[in-house]
Amino acid sequence: MIAIFHNYGSLLLQGFGQTLLCSVIALIFSLIIGSMFAIFETTPIKFLRVIARIYIEVFRNIPLLVITMFFFVVIPMFIAKINGFTAGTIGLTIYTSAFIAETVRSGINSVDPGQMEGARANGLSWWQAMRHIVLPQAFRYVIPPLGNQFINLVKNSSVLAFVAGFDLMYQGNVIASDSLNTMSTYICIGILYLIITLPLSYWMRYLEKKLA
Amino acid sequence: MSMIEFHDVQKYYGDFHALHDINLTIDAGETVVLIGPSGSGKSTLIRTINGLERIQEGKLIVNGQDLADKKTDMNRIRKNVGMVFQHFNLYANKTILENIMLAPRLVLKRPEEENKKIAMDMLDRVGLADQAPKMPSQLSGGQQQRIAIARSLAMRPKALLFDEPTSALDPEMIDDVLNVMKDIARDSSMTMLVVTHEMGFAREVANRVIFMADGRILEDDTKEKFFDGQPSNERARQFLSKIITH
Repeated sequence: MIAIFHNYGSLLLQGFGQTLLCSVIALIFSLIIGSMFAIFETTPIKFLRVIARIYIEVFRNIPLLVITMFFFVVIPMFIAKINGFTAGTIGLTIYTSAFIAETVRSGINSVDPGQMEGARANGLSWWQAMRHIVLPQAFRYVIPPLGNQFINLVKNSSVLAFVAGFDLMYQGNVIASDSLNTMSTYICIGILYLIITLPLSYWMRYLEKKLA
Repeated sequence: MSMIEFHDVQKYYGDFHALHDINLTIDAGETVVLIGPSGSGKSTLIRTINGLERIQEGKLIVNGQDLADKKTDMNRIRKNVGMVFQHFNLYANKTILENIMLAPRLVLKRPEEENKKIAMDMLDRVGLADQAPKMPSQLSGGQQQRIAIARSLAMRPKALLFDEPTSALDPEMIDDVLNVMKDIARDSSMTMLVVTHEMGFAREVANRVIFMADGRILEDDTKEKFFDGQPSNERARQFLSKIITH
């Protein structure tokens, strides 16, 4: 194991960096897109609700690998050439955003409807009430499930390995076939994933305690 | 001058006829108490006035604007018509002071310094100035309701709607809330419509008492006629004798 770290340090580091970068980008955008569709789902405007429903149901129910392959193969055919990292990050963002939308929506629905009603009666517009009163309370409720989504996201970033995204899993496969020491290699890879996910998990727990 | 006018208003929830031929005029500055058994439509009626419930037929004119008209801007109505709810509905994520300052800041664009001064004045008026930095959950129900009243007053509305403001409160808290409401009612410029069973409040400050049952207004009397004379409607008489003996 030490040998793996010693001999393939730069490859592992590169993979670790790619996984971290992909995860951070996908986390930020899936949170934005997911929250947007969650808000769409709870608006009084039926058209937006329908759009959100379709988006969520489609992307939540297709395997991540299929979505990623779609971007990797189909987009270059019609629009522009994109590399594996980009395709994988887009796929991961869209896939995760559908789950985040469902999570945030359930948070919005668990806020007492009296909060929205009180704000509307007080003169606030629907959006003002949402932004200042309902959403801040909703996010407090959804920190634990959102944390699960983030951890899943980091682990799911291993989908990049299938589209030559040079992430941790991809480099693991390269190292395993080069060193022929598969067991040690995948243990190393596992440890490196834990280095990202464990602090995330503890941070979420900390937030949960602090805000509860 | 009339503040609120109902003309042949009908309201349905699916097949259920919630409001039946409502005709009612409330003048500016009047204090009107609305009573009736549960399910009689009194909460529905009060909630149509600020557009929390929409009417299906008839005309409902509030502060000169027709709420039945789809083009009417509800937010403009709500600037002028405040509401106090049974369960207070204070913003759980904001301090008491922020609860009061939020709507004037966002809706009226009131300058920050003036906003704070008015908010503190309102807190003073309901006797809770020392609670400004607390969160709503740290206050008792009676205190929360007085904050809710202060929050409505800070918008400087022309009318205030109260939807059973004391029915979720412990008995010893009720008087504090009623005293604040009486104080507002004595201010001759404020129009008040109050759904309540607090007959002491009605006797003391109401101009009129309206009795509703099954979505209809069955009795609309001056306070004197309602309490000292006899309501002409049989159900109103029965209802009155029940709540007064309690």
